[in-house]
Amino acid sequence: MSGNGGTRVVVAMSGGVDSSVAAALLVEQGYEVIGIMLRLWAEEGTDMTGAPNANRCCAPEAVTDARAIAQMLGIPFYDIHAEAVFKKQVVDSWIDGYARAITPNPCFNCNRSIRFGFLKQRALALGASYLATGHYARVDRAGDDTPYRLLKGRDDKKDQSYVLHVLGQEDLAHAMFPCGNYVKSEIRSLAHKFGLPTAERAESQDLCFLTQGDYRGFLSRQAPEISTPGPVLNQRGEQIGTHEGLPYYTVGQRKGLQVMQKITTAEPMYVLRLDRARNAVIAGPASELGSRRVLVQMAHYCSGRIPEGAIQCTAKVRYKAREATGTLEPQANGSLVFQFDEPQRDATPGQGLVAYFGDEVIGGGVITAVS
Amino acid sequence: MQPYFSEVYGNASSMHSFGSAAVAALDEAHHTVACDLGARASEIVFTGCGTESDNLAIRGASLAMWKRGRGQHLIVASAEHHAVAHTFHQLQDLFGFTVTELPVGSDGRVDPDDVRKAIRPDTVLCSVMLANNEVGSFNDIASIGAICRERGVLMHTDAVQAPSTVLLNVNALNVDLLALSAHKFYGPKGVGMLYIREGTAYLSTLTGGGHERGRRPGTVNVAGCVGLAAASKYVAARRDTQAGRLSLLRDKLFAGILADVPDARVSGHAHDRLAGHASFVFKDVDGETLLMALDIEGIAVSTGSACTSGNPEPSEVLVAMGISPNWALGGLRISLGYGTTEDDVDRVIDVLPKCVARIRKTAHVMGSARVVAQP
Ligand SMILES: Cc1ncc(COP(=O)(O)O)c(C=O)c1O
Repeated sequence: MSGNGGTRVVVAMSGGVDSSVAAALLVEQGYEVIGIMLRLWAEEGTDMTGAPNANRCCAPEAVTDARAIAQMLGIPFYDIHAEAVFKKQVVDSWIDGYARAITPNPCFNCNRSIRFGFLKQRALALGASYLATGHYARVDRAGDDTPYRLLKGRDDKKDQSYVLHVLGQEDLAHAMFPCGNYVKSEIRSLAHKFGLPTAERAESQDLCFLTQGDYRGFLSRQAPEISTPGPVLNQRGEQIGTHEGLPYYTVGQRKGLQVMQKITTAEPMYVLRLDRARNAVIAGPASELGSRRVLVQMAHYCSGRIPEGAIQCTAKVRYKAREATGTLEPQANGSLVFQFDEPQRDATPGQGLVAYFGDEVIGGGVITAVS
Repeated sequence: MQPYFSEVYGNASSMHSFGSAAVAALDEAHHTVACDLGARASEIVFTGCGTESDNLAIRGASLAMWKRGRGQHLIVASAEHHAVAHTFHQLQDLFGFTVTELPVGSDGRVDPDDVRKAIRPDTVLCSVMLANNEVGSFNDIASIGAICRERGVLMHTDAVQAPSTVLLNVNALNVDLLALSAHKFYGPKGVGMLYIREGTAYLSTLTGGGHERGRRPGTVNVAGCVGLAAASKYVAARRDTQAGRLSLLRDKLFAGILADVPDARVSGHAHDRLAGHASFVFKDVDGETLLMALDIEGIAVSTGSACTSGNPEPSEVLVAMGISPNWALGGLRISLGYGTTEDDVDRVIDVLPKCVARIRKTAHVMGSARVVAQP
């Protein structure tokens, strides 16, 4: 025992290696651990075996695995239905983003409203002091000035602080990320040491609630009304082709752009931006891609305070984008502007801009405009 | 029931002597159960569970009556277990039957007069549960059964919740079909019983061999049936004293919880209810969270019916009783059994109010990041 006895922690379990090791580490550290799995919404339909589709985060095998692991660790385990709240807060607002011609990232709302909303609330209601997840990130509770700081996970390649940048002081006060101090290979050996299954379910790039192919098919089934075919324009406003509906395009995309034959130049064309007012895709050559100035209308800072002046730091514009240097300029109206030193190819309205000072997540928000 | 897993392993449908030992045990089991219910041994059919008994009874009687040209109108109460409710839905949706749903009062009970009004010339079957699993209230099955009999309507009752504290007599109850489940009265899980009154129109919806006189074809779970019969004897010897003891504990629980928890109500009838059944609704409390909170304290309860726990919708039964959703989502059922002591009840009275208070206190906790919205 390391003095943690009597401190209750709820672990969000997925049946996967990371959250299982997180639970095992907390048990080892003497916490009173409770495992909870959330049942999330997935598009209705059936898989190849005829079984109903399940959200990838809580497929039947995942529930079975998580329950077996909880049993092995000797901790209580509950699976709770969160389909309705997930559909409303995450999926519907994600669809709404496409309807507004942005490229939304549903993981922000999921972490904000489901994990650190719905689930955190239940954890506290159960008398837990903390909600732990298998994310690769860290919480620093040592600072005086800013009580809680969100830090990158120690494993650069697995770091998931990007999707957690939405957390604030009240969330961080109750958050634990036991995997954050380890690199993935260490987590695998820990799983081995604890006798936990180490097989990884196939990682997919797709979103957890997509069960039949990519998001375009999903949108065409679930929200056909948001896609209207329209023109592809060049930067001078001349029509050079047609598109099938703005939701099917994102900045930097080349595939699926039907450019008229006679206009096809030597240079391949890319989506430069989506113009909602004209229902137009604006396309141009790769050399026109990239923006230095990124605007976030409603900025969020993990410290809960707007920084006093501009900060020389780094930022990322997509989960998988490379961090790049620049200047964060907080604005009086609550927005922020990030000036990158070099143009960023993938900066896209709807995705997140997340700013870092070294390992620390300063904050960020949903990108409103780029130029 | 132990020997029937090993020494007396014969198949009751085989002719050899191993088989006949099993037949003897099964005969005995039919007899024992029949005695307790005031029925004949030949009227007892063993099944796989309470759900199966309800399914076989409702579908079997409805289809047989229809085949006899008696009509296709059915009557069912609106606070039934899914084993009953969904069977009626299916008969309506896929088999051309018309179903009249009887309302229940705010105490969860059916008014026998409503049954009288609902009966039509083409009504063939009526089903009302004896005691509600979610809110514990009794229905006046004897009166409802008498009304049905007078009008030539078959009467089914789901009595699954009753045997441990209620003496059931099929003649006093005026029923033609009655369903039980062994594990609800200290028997093994996965065995049920269906009483079918002699002469009742019944068509087996399981087809196969002649087991259970063709009313439930399929190899019989001999050990399970012996276990059900043993349970039937076990509760017969104890139910009166236990019912008296448990109703006192239940009332103590009611008083203790209502005194210590603001915005709490008893669901179901205050006293015309199962002795070992205490159910509540708590305003603005998530019943599922309360269930987990109590479970962590070693107190096992359910949110209404165990079969629907995890469903974020308010319970259909509580809604049918006219309870508003912000109360109905906080439904909780506490079962008291033969092993429940006064100390157990005191512990619940101590722990539950604290859990409810904590859940209410944290109900409005939101993350500090909520200020961020999509542009
Ligand atoms: C009233 C009622 N009917 C039917 C059933 C179903 O019984 P079984 O679980 O044996 O199928 C139950 C079980 O919870 C019940 O409470």
